[in-house]
Amino acid sequence: MERRDFLKQTGKAVALAAVTGGTGLIFHNRDVLSRPAGVSGTIPSFTVTADTRYPAVALCRHEDPISALNRSLDAIGGIKRFVKSGERVTIKPNVGWDRSPAQAANTNPALVGEMVRLCLAAGAVQVVVTDVSCNDPRRCFLRSGVRAAAEEAGASVLLPLDEDYRTVDLNGKLLSEWPVLRHFIETDRLINMPIVKQHSLSRCTIGMKNLYGILGGRRNQLHQQIDQSIVDLTAFANPTLTVVDATHVLTQGGPQGGSLDYVVREDTVICGTDPVAVDARSCEYLGLQGHAVSHITLAGAAGLGLVDYKAAGCKEIVG
Amino acid sequence: MTARTVRNVRRVSQVLFFVIFVWLVLKTSFEVDFSPTTMTNIQLPYPVSIALEFDPLTALATLLATGTLYKGLLWSLVILIPTIFLGRFFCGWVCPLGTLNHWISEIPSERIGRRGKGKINANRYKKYQRIKYYVLLVVLGSAFAGSLQAGLLDPLPLLARSIGTVVIPLIHVAAMQSLTWAQGWGFPPLGAAAQVVYDGLSETILPYRLAHFHGILALGVFFLLVLVLNRVFTRFWCRGICPLGALLGIFSRFAIFGLEKDEKSCTNCQKCLLACQGADNPDVGSKWRQTECHLCLNCQAACPEGSLSFKFFPAREGSKANPAPVQTVDISRRKVVASVAGGLAAVPLFRAGDAFYENANPRLIRPPGSTPEDGFLARCIRCGQCMRVCPNNALHPTLLEAGFEGLWTPILIPKVGYCEPTCTLCGQVCPTGAIEELTQQRKIGDKNTAANCIGTAFLDQGRCLPWAMDRPCIVCEEWCPTSPKAIYLKEETVTNRKGEAVVVKRPHVDPELCTGCGACEFACPVNDQPAVYVTNVGESRSPENQLLLERKRT
Repeated sequence: MERRDFLKQTGKAVALAAVTGGTGLIFHNRDVLSRPAGVSGTIPSFTVTADTRYPAVALCRHEDPISALNRSLDAIGGIKRFVKSGERVTIKPNVGWDRSPAQAANTNPALVGEMVRLCLAAGAVQVVVTDVSCNDPRRCFLRSGVRAAAEEAGASVLLPLDEDYRTVDLNGKLLSEWPVLRHFIETDRLINMPIVKQHSLSRCTIGMKNLYGILGGRRNQLHQQIDQSIVDLTAFANPTLTVVDATHVLTQGGPQGGSLDYVVREDTVICGTDPVAVDARSCEYLGLQGHAVSHITLAGAAGLGLVDYKAAGCKEIVG
Repeated sequence: MTARTVRNVRRVSQVLFFVIFVWLVLKTSFEVDFSPTTMTNIQLPYPVSIALEFDPLTALATLLATGTLYKGLLWSLVILIPTIFLGRFFCGWVCPLGTLNHWISEIPSERIGRRGKGKINANRYKKYQRIKYYVLLVVLGSAFAGSLQAGLLDPLPLLARSIGTVVIPLIHVAAMQSLTWAQGWGFPPLGAAAQVVYDGLSETILPYRLAHFHGILALGVFFLLVLVLNRVFTRFWCRGICPLGALLGIFSRFAIFGLEKDEKSCTNCQKCLLACQGADNPDVGSKWRQTECHLCLNCQAACPEGSLSFKFFPAREGSKANPAPVQTVDISRRKVVASVAGGLAAVPLFRAGDAFYENANPRLIRPPGSTPEDGFLARCIRCGQCMRVCPNNALHPTLLEAGFEGLWTPILIPKVGYCEPTCTLCGQVCPTGAIEELTQQRKIGDKNTAANCIGTAFLDQGRCLPWAMDRPCIVCEEWCPTSPKAIYLKEETVTNRKGEAVVVKRPHVDPELCTGCGACEFACPVNDQPAVYVTNVGESRSPENQLLLERKRT
């Protein structure tokens, strides 16, 4: 063998050995997993500063849901108090189920549309309407009429996809890291638009329970400690405003209903900045009292608002 | 029109029908941008299964199996009647699987057997091409005995199910993984570019949500085999196996259109054989086989001397140098009898065991509106359209849940997806009526009519949180869609481990109200093996498989 060939071949073999060995050393790691840094930092609060001129809760009973919404909202300061020019707004109606508006399982689409119009009129740059539905979101948003109403009013309606979630530390007493739909964090204002419905475990699902819908993941586990879960979510979500649809109330068979016999017409919209007081007032449409509903009292005890909505200030407009 | 122009027209036709077919499969999906014109019944805007209704094999096999030609299957005559006069134009001009096989076969190869002389020899008629006639007779024999096995090998359902349940989910997963990979580099332009590609795919071919289908490996391997064999034998599937091609071959034996060869101008260059798709001996000096010809017209375009021409009433007189064509099928009478007998005998063989009449799989939950199992197996062509359209990914191709006989027929797996009460899409797309099209009113029932049931839910009390672990849950009750809810709660005070009295709400199932939709099983937080599950007892389609004595009339 020529010396030249010997050196060449041996050189190549040594070089390959060096690369192989080096690769092993570079990637050597005694840990099984490196923990992903998926958890983001602090979450901004979407709330507005308290203003003693306005009550915490206002409700209006009126045949026309649009008037009911406008009059109750005006009673707590009007849209301009909550949405400023140039802000991004996310509206969270309840669009949980593949049900039609008459079945009262989802928020009244007319109210959602009107809320979108109000936000845009107040100068919002972008209004997103979304929810993490239980049934297939395509069917829910279609049959609820919410997609059509919101888009007609100028909102962008978002049907969540897997990549739309961010893992966030909810910093709750019970709930820590959960996937949250990013549009509920990456916004300037959050408007919670629930509908009043009976629920077998939490007794009622109104504003605070509606916030289940900001989460992805295995949220069917939350029922094991439903009251604390609701409180943690409310503390985390910090909605600017809660607008409750009590135009039609689902009194039985909740939260998805079905039979029209379960629906009672109340023609009422309740607006408020205090999520506890709003729910405490609204649950009366189901024949409940706030202090007898454990998640409402627990939220009150946690300092999220007042169970005694009269003490918080409640204006009621009829007609 | 010159012979080359005609060939180009054929190429355009192949591309066109392939694109239409794939587009229809892609559109077999519940889309986000449906307009809410009808609030109660959601209808697909296109007749997405129409391509499958043009299939003469599906038509004939279901006719033999059920005695009727279902709905749109009458369209198949649009293919079959022209075939009688023209020959197998469908194989060369229309069939999307044939087109795919054509393209894959024609990719240049290094193998000697696929070039020059080797290819000329490979494109001569071979005896194995008879196999497809036997395959056809076996599946028609089975169909006559009531079991529709044709769909397994029929090219249109084969391609529809392979694209719908294998290729698209595969692209979906690959795209998602590529996106994550590209974004993981921390180099924004790469991530942004990947996002653009991914969004483009999402807009065009990917469904709203990634679908996970049961047992797609077998389906995928089978489809891959069909495609890969083209690399060994040009259009192996079309020449050797395809029962639809065989059916069209048999129907073309009286064709008045065919190949005329002029031995005087022929120089025996054999360029015609180099380009032949059907292996039907287009060269002067061999007997042309009408029943094998795909009518691709390549030979006519390839002939430098103009010796070959397709025309009506071609000259049939033969000489020694230019023998007359063969218009019959190259099979023997005994083997015909044996094939049909084999197909007939397969059905009792399938059903003699313990999986059909007795001891059927309790988890074999068929789609809502399905006909009784014998009728179902007489109609289902396993095209996978129901699986693809199901918005909840509830329907899947079976492996052995329905026995060997029911391979790749639809099964509902509630753990992956439940049946949406108001959804009737699977019945809308079924081309053969294996799943009857229900109205929403017939599906969910009303005060006078019973709902369409696909099974009944049962509780596994050893796994249920309130039953076994004294913890609150009620998710199954929350999700139960019937009015009143079939799952109801009983409040009970129990003593927990610490000796404390706790109140739990324990779920129970009311079998009179349960439709077996599986929403409870889907939603149950006992993730791996749900504490509430559906079996098929009580399914509306079966008079025998019932639980309750008293039944509402449907």
